[in-house]
Amino acid sequence: MISVQNLTKDYDTHRAIDHLNFTAEKGEVLGFLGPNGAGKTTTMRILTGFMSPTSGTATIDGLDVMEDSLKVRHKVGYLPETVPLYEDMRVFDYLKFMGQLHKVQEIDERVAEVLIQVGMDDRSQSLIKNLSKGMRQRVGLGQALLHHPDVLILDEPTIGLDPKQIKEVRNLIKSIGKERTVMLSTHILSEAQQICDRVIIINKGRIVAEDAPENLQGRVSALRVVYVRVSEKTDQAATALRELPGVLSVKVLETGRIEVENVRESDVRPGIARKLVESGYDLLELTPESVNLEDIFLKLTREASSENPPLEPEPNDSQESEA
Amino acid sequence: MRNIWTIAKKEYAGLFYSPIAYVVGVVVFLVMGIFFSYDLNAAITYQYTPDFTYELDILIFPLIFLAIPILTMKTFSEENKSGTLELLLTAPVKDHELVIGKWLGTFLFFLSLILLTWFYPLVLNFIIDPGIDQPKNLANYLGVTLMASSMTAIGIYISSLFKNTIAALMASLGTLLVFWLISAPAQFFPGTVAADVFTNLSLTQHYYNSFRAGMIDLLDVSYYVSLTVLALFLGTRSIESKRWR
Repeated sequence: MISVQNLTKDYDTHRAIDHLNFTAEKGEVLGFLGPNGAGKTTTMRILTGFMSPTSGTATIDGLDVMEDSLKVRHKVGYLPETVPLYEDMRVFDYLKFMGQLHKVQEIDERVAEVLIQVGMDDRSQSLIKNLSKGMRQRVGLGQALLHHPDVLILDEPTIGLDPKQIKEVRNLIKSIGKERTVMLSTHILSEAQQICDRVIIINKGRIVAEDAPENLQGRVSALRVVYVRVSEKTDQAATALRELPGVLSVKVLETGRIEVENVRESDVRPGIARKLVESGYDLLELTPESVNLEDIFLKLTREASSENPPLEPEPNDSQESEA
Repeated sequence: MRNIWTIAKKEYAGLFYSPIAYVVGVVVFLVMGIFFSYDLNAAITYQYTPDFTYELDILIFPLIFLAIPILTMKTFSEENKSGTLELLLTAPVKDHELVIGKWLGTFLFFLSLILLTWFYPLVLNFIIDPGIDQPKNLANYLGVTLMASSMTAIGIYISSLFKNTIAALMASLGTLLVFWLISAPAQFFPGTVAADVFTNLSLTQHYYNSFRAGMIDLLDVSYYVSLTVLALFLGTRSIESKRWR
């Protein structure tokens, strides 16, 4: 459905995206992940025909985004990152206007339908300037859905929503993604993990990784870590654990936890539990550490820019804890 | 075609979302009303036939002349600034449809305003005998409408060049003023080609020398139509160029 070849965009001297190559199939939710300024918005703006690439091609359903721009725009629903809306219009009138531009049939009924879909049916007569951030986001999403687009391009679709709305929007995206193609950008990693069939990690305009979220996790390390805590005699317990099969190293942390590194293929937890209980230790905690997308992301983006200092943490922690 | 109409309707309705359109309307009818009251008094008391051409002079300058930059300044600059232009440029709308739609919506507002002032000469026509010179009045109105059309198109084009509405306002005012006064330098070198060019470029010359006197000259009509088309063409190019940045 979406096919991008050697796509490059330069702003003056700055290269925003650098020879991107990727595809997205029908019925796929593709996550576009990257730190701020990685080139996510630029790529989306080219795909929607808002901007021209410096070189390379992008096609949607076989149509070139520059050559057949108008046809492409019929097929694409787009939610820009800043969620631009006409402040002085009422929600219903705004959606009706956008629907008319997209040649939507039976416009009044369709707008009413979309308003229910995004949970804004009770605010259809509100002025957009009086809406909260989350509501604006939902109106923007409604606008993108209006004309039943084959391809939905959503730039940070869940920003500014509360946890309940985030869940609703994610479910909505998932259900739309079953029949259509959805491409969404996010820097909320758990979001990509939850709703995307495939994730592309992009940094400084280049793709650094592309795979299903599960497969990406396997790439980072072949090791697994289990944290163990016992009531007393921690050092002795650690020594005892070293002898277990499958265990590679054991380390006592300052917090009093024991960090057990083991080979990925074997689950050493039953062995650890048995060993400790049989040896008379009181086992207080046995926690496996799961490598999450966050770690992969940091690792990959740091690798990609190894000559530069490590990335600042994304200023989006509150969002993630909400999610 | 349908897109042009959709955008024009939204643009027209959009003018009434803000107080500017109401303020412009009130000022126009207030000022025109004051002059009308003089005419009415003269008509009733002395059966004097007022020439409505003078009232239309006031309508053109300063009323419409000032109102056009004020009402066109936001058309594109505001969309550019707030990011809604991204919505319009990613909707299946051709760039020229967008520009023409914006122009049409704003022009229709001025057309309504101009047509509503026709109320004054109609009333006067009933009071005095032999009445208002209708053909001349019609030519006057046609000229004013054509002039407003060109000026609106220029305002729309200039708005597409800016993100800042005040900058767009000043640039429009300046440009219109130059077009208004450009025939003045012609008197320094009369009879030359340069004088001809300056005179023919002028927004005012094509009105005052024909429409105002009650004549409809095809040359003057084509001047205003060409100026409108040219400004809309430049506006379209300016919007197109945004995709290439």
